[in-house]
Parts: sequence; structure tokens; C-alpha cells
Amino acid sequence: MTPNAALLLLADGRLPAGGYAHSGGFEPTARLQGLNDAAALEDFLEGRVTTSGFVAAAFAAAACAAAHAGNIGRLGQLDPELDARMPSPAVRAVSRALGRQLLRVITRIHPHPVLATLDPHAHQPTVFGAAAASFDLSPQDAALAVLHETITGPASAAVKVLSLDPYEVHSALARLTGLLDELAVRAAAHALDDPDQLPADASPLLDIAAEHHRSWDVRLFAS
Amino acid sequence: MTDTHDTPRTRSLRLGVAGPVGTGKSSVIAMLCRKLNEEFTMGVITNDIYTDEDARFLRSAGVLPSERIRAVETGACPHTAIRDDVTMNLLAVEDLEKDFAPLDIVLVESGGDNLTATFSPALVDAQIFVLDVAGGGDVARKGGPGIARADLLLVNKIDLAEYVEVDVEQMVKDAQSARDGRPVLALSKKMPDTVEALCEWVRQLHAAHSRGVHTPTDPGPMAPHFHATDEGGYEHSHESGDSSGEHAHH
Ligand SMILES: Nc1nc2c(ncn2[C@@H]2O[C@H](COP(=O)(O)OP(=O)(O)O)[C@@H](O)[C@H]2O)c(=O)[nH]1
Ligand SMILES: [Mg+2]
Repeated sequence: MTPNAALLLLADGRLPAGGYAHSGGFEPTARLQGLNDAAALEDFLEGRVTTSGFVAAAFAAAACAAAHAGNIGRLGQLDPELDARMPSPAVRAVSRALGRQLLRVITRIHPHPVLATLDPHAHQPTVFGAAAASFDLSPQDAALAVLHETITGPASAAVKVLSLDPYEVHSALARLTGLLDELAVRAAAHALDDPDQLPADASPLLDIAAEHHRSWDVRLFAS
Repeated sequence: MTDTHDTPRTRSLRLGVAGPVGTGKSSVIAMLCRKLNEEFTMGVITNDIYTDEDARFLRSAGVLPSERIRAVETGACPHTAIRDDVTMNLLAVEDLEKDFAPLDIVLVESGGDNLTATFSPALVDAQIFVLDVAGGGDVARKGGPGIARADLLLVNKIDLAEYVEVDVEQMVKDAQSARDGRPVLALSKKMPDTVEALCEWVRQLHAAHSRGVHTPTDPGPMAPHFHATDEGGYEHSHESGDSSGEHAHH
């Protein structure tokens, strides 16, 4: 039986891991690219989830598989590979901060030996994957949770950044569910790839936006 | 994992300062740092809503070495950051304690939100709620978790009372009756005796905390909290029937 309830727990935005403080690049992108309606948000979400979101999902799947196999060495190889896929120092720092926060929460709520083997500053996808494994979830589950987080974070930030109808925002999320399932399957297919062969789809505008955002004096979100 | 445990020598008294925007939280923190600097080693975490304004204000006040004042960005959810999801703040406090060990007191300023936001006992050992006379004399009477049950209620800026037509004595009396005898102090940064009374309250709290006899009382529902002991301390939670916060500890 798939531990579905554990997957819901892990993917729930109410998990106290500090995700609420981030917009996943939506705040700076909305300003820099002039995004101002639900259609633009949906395009943004689709772009994010198919690029950096997909990379994160593939790494989470790989981390999950490595954790299941007790392959600590392989788990440790994922973070440098993720660093190499994040040209923006701001994006890298946020990914590690979110990973650290998630690790803190999971270690506290569901202690498991595999968590203790992680670098305390591991990237978020790595922690997600190991956490999923600690709940006996599959690499595909880990990928799906990460993809879900990739779009729900910016979507809930968007209703604070722009004047959007929250129903329209969730309609966009509803339309993207099929894409998420499909991407989760594709990401999980990479679970056993050599770390340097894992997907490397890029989202350069998000990297540029993150660097701009860092320098703003006034912002709603931390990223 | 070192990241998840309070190591004995580095655990400080974690004191939260909450209250609506503009009531004087940053000023109270600056005041405490300035006055208690020689007795205690201190650090500060601020929770800003849009900027790191509060951290910058405190650094420019020169009351502490600036690296001991750190800002947490709360993504426009200051109440979440101190209550439902304290992870960012907890890590920030622990980092500060580790980087400047041993710290005696870490002050955490909440991002000024509203009357209902209070700290989780998972984050702080005790909390001060700050009101000011300019908000009106009847605010204290209206109550709310912070006003009613914070460890200390401050009625700040009493030097302004005459200008805003507030009877300080009455406001303090109203606050006391909303608080079942928990302490209330009237404060003005311009009145040294009131500042000294606040400092004395903090000294006694720190002494109680160090001896392990201070029990965090939560304005909201009880959550796991920390007790200092000679060996460093321990965290525990309470069973549902044990939520009064008035149980005995040893
Ligand atoms: N007159 C007077 N003004 C005060 C006092 N304490 C703070 N203030 C002023 O109140 C304003 C808001 O204070 P601040 O500490 O930034 O409030 P915070 O938003 O709660 O952190 C500032 O202009 C302070 O100078 C006081 O005791 N008396
Ligand atoms: Mg302030």
C-alpha cells in the first residue's frame, strides 16, 4: 500500500518549514516582467515547474532512491550537482536555507537515521527526497511533492503580490495537476541516473530575477 | 545532529517582544541592550515585514555589536513566523547562540502585526507585550491573548499620556484586571525609574530561568518548551490535561 497520507503530510504547505516566506521568484518576476493577471501567473508556474521544478523533482527522486538504498555517498554527491545547476548565488542560498529548515522539521517530527547522515545545509530537493524515503515513499512520490511545492508556493505568494482572485489562482493550479503527474513520472525515471547525468533544465530569467530581488530594499517575500 | 539540539552551554534566555506596530518594541529592545549590556551578553533577532528596518535601527543605535543583531524575513506573515511556523526564527536564535556563545539573553522582536499575535513557547521562554498610551486608554481593557497572558505587559510612552488624554493609572488598572495579577509596568524612555523597573523585571526573569524555576506560560495553547537545568536543560511537552502552565517543575 502506498503511504498516501504521509505524502500529503510532506506536501502540505502548513508543514512548519518556513516556505510561507518565499515566492519562488514570483515577486521579482512579476515586477521585472510586468506580470499582472492570472494567465501570466499560470505561464510563470508552468515555466517554473517544467524547468527548475523538474530538476528539483528529479534530484528529490534520486535522493529518495539513494536513501532507500542506504547509499550515503550518492546522497552527498547530489548537492554539488545542484549547486552547479543554480547559477544564481541567491537561488542557491535559498535552496539550502529551505533544505535546512525542512531537515530541522522532519528530524523533529519523524526522526530517522537517514536524516542524520545529511549535510545540515543540504539543498531542499535532497532533504525532500530523504524525508520521503524516511516515510517509505517512492522516488515518484518525492518528485510529486517537490513539483507541488514548486507551484503552490508562488501561487499563494501571488495573491499577496498582485490583486488576483484566489479562485482563479487555484483554477490554474487545478489545470496544472495533469502536468505535475506527468512530470513526476518523468522525474522518477531519473532516480538512478549518475548524479552528473541528472536533468539540468535552466530558468535563466528566474536566476536574474532572484539576483535583483536580493538587492531590493523593500520586499514582501524573502525570495 | 548539532543542528537540532540545544547544547548546554549555549542556551540563552529567549525573550520575545510582541505588540502592535509603533508601540515601541524596537525602542524597548534598544533600551534593554543599552542598560543591561554590562551585566549580560545579549543578541537580537528582528522579524521585519517588508525590510530589515528594525535590525538597521538597532544596529545604528549602537547598543550591541552589529553582527549580534540579525533579521529574519517573514514573507509578510509576521504572526506565522512567531507562532505556527517558528523554524526560521528558531534556527536564527540557535545560530546566534552558537556564533556568540555564551549569550545570556536573546531578544526576539516580532514583526509588529496586531493585537492577537503572540510567541509560541517553542520559540521563546518568556514574552513581553507592548502597548502604548497613544493607542488609546481602552486597548488594555479589550484584552486578547498577549494583553491578558504575556509574562509582562508594558504600557509604553506614558510621557505622552497628557497629550492623548489617557489616564495612565486607569489604563494600568484596567490592564491588571485583564491579567489576573500578572505584572504590568508603565514605561517611558524618558523616565529613568520606569526603565529601571523594566530592567529589574528582566534580571529576575533571567535569574529564575538560570535556576530552572521559570516555566514558560503560553498566551495561547501549550506547546513543547524548555527548562534550564544545571546540565543545560531539556524540552518537553504537556499532556492535554496539563495545559494550565502552573504545574510544578524540578
Ligand atoms: N514619547 C515617547 N516616544 C517613544 C517611546 N518609546 C518609543 N517611542 C517612539 O515611538 C516610535 C515607534 O517606536 P519603535 O520602537 O520603532 O516601535 P515598534 O514598531 O514597536 O518597534 C518611535 O518614534 C520611538 O521613538 C517613549 O517612551 N516615549
Ligand atoms: Mg520595531
